[in-house]
Amino acid sequence: MLTICDLKRNFGPIQAVRGVSFTVEKGEVLGFLGPNGAGKSTTMRMITGFLPPTSGTAMICGFNILETPVEAKRCLGYLPENAPSYGNMRVEEFLEFIAAIRGYRGDERRQRVDAAIEKSRLQTVRHRRIEALSKGFRQRTCFAQAILHDPPVLIMDEPTDGLDPNQKYVVREMIKEMAADKAIIISTHILEEVDAVCTRAIIIADGLIVANGTPDELRARDPQGRLDKVFRDLTMNPAFPEVSHA
Amino acid sequence: MRRQQVMTIFKREMKSYFSSPVAYVFLVAFLVLLGFLTFSVSMFYERREADLNWFFIWHPWVYLLLVPAATMGIWAEERRTGTIELLLTLPVTLAEVLVGKFLAAWSFIALALVLTFPIVLTTAWLGDPDFGVIACGYIGSFLLAGACVSIGTLMSALTTNQVVSFVLALAACLLLILAGFEPVTNLFVRWAPMGVVEAVAECSLLQHYESLKRGVLDLYDIAYYIGVMIFMLATAHVVVNNRKAV
Repeated sequence: MLTICDLKRNFGPIQAVRGVSFTVEKGEVLGFLGPNGAGKSTTMRMITGFLPPTSGTAMICGFNILETPVEAKRCLGYLPENAPSYGNMRVEEFLEFIAAIRGYRGDERRQRVDAAIEKSRLQTVRHRRIEALSKGFRQRTCFAQAILHDPPVLIMDEPTDGLDPNQKYVVREMIKEMAADKAIIISTHILEEVDAVCTRAIIIADGLIVANGTPDELRARDPQGRLDKVFRDLTMNPAFPEVSHA
Repeated sequence: MRRQQVMTIFKREMKSYFSSPVAYVFLVAFLVLLGFLTFSVSMFYERREADLNWFFIWHPWVYLLLVPAATMGIWAEERRTGTIELLLTLPVTLAEVLVGKFLAAWSFIALALVLTFPIVLTTAWLGDPDFGVIACGYIGSFLLAGACVSIGTLMSALTTNQVVSFVLALAACLLLILAGFEPVTNLFVRWAPMGVVEAVAECSLLQHYESLKRGVLDLYDIAYYIGVMIFMLATAHVVVNNRKAV
């Protein structure tokens, strides 16, 4: 459903992403791991068509994000980092705007908005202004916008960042509910998330993939089976010294 | 470009103008300022002339101050809050977004312009004005507003800071207005070749407004304003495309 072919991106002299390729199939929840500054967000921004890659491309449901961006974006739900949304709109109004842009009209639009509100557990705040909501509700409002059109591919950049343990639990439950019939990518630097929701994990460091496998396969790389140790060994490898991130 | 997408963006922008009392404050400020300049500074009644020349003469200067205030947030705010990432990963092209936003800001200024209608009624009641000249003046003012809005849109695309965006737009509009302002062109006449003076004045927003204000509806002047708008929006398209991330 989602194929990423050799994505590269430079910012001036800095190579933020240095050739990332992988595929995600239906039913998979891919954890996209890496330390801060490893290139997770940049990669996701290229897959979703926000940033043009320096080279390489992404195929979403067979549509090339560079050649047919509008068709590719139709198949895509995206929750950007920090869950941005229009603060001066009401939750319902915001979702109606998204539904309109996604081409839904009349009754279908209303049904789509209602379904997204229900799935994201936003019933109690649907008439409130987004700027007046707590972080957890704002996160879920942006989540609702990403799943409104029931996309085959869902990409989430740190969906549980800054949430309290209960809110994290709710978001993970929502992801699990949808996992069966979608291809999902979740970026995170929280390792417990991998065990909680992911069927496979990719670790990137310094713009390159350093590991790709199921959580159990990754864990097997360490004699004690500790994921944080594996993560540290891979991303703090002398080949990728910490100073190079500066 | 799909009309429906442009309209959806247009409606959201329009709603966001009126979602806070600032829009009403803006409209009142526009009308009060224009009324003050026409009646108190230009002594509209004391002149005992049944035309609106002394009303239209102030429009460029009022736009200079107020249009940047209406356009400063167009892109700067999307960047600051990160909603630009959401907006440009929806199945909509940048051109559709740009045109929708531009038309919304232009319509907002046009609304303020329409609300000046009492002065037309006053003149008609007190004397016997030439309505053709008045209509022509309104067309000129409307086009001038569009040009200023397109400049403001471009300046907003250059920054994440609304204040910077305001100052840039004000400076750019001032430059383009002053290029045709007689006291300024007179300074150049003394030493620059006539051709240069005329070429600079020809670029000016004011120069083309002058003839429309006098009631000369020349296709050339209309084409000039449309040209300015297309140029500014095309440049904004390039700028946003190249500077999406903060």
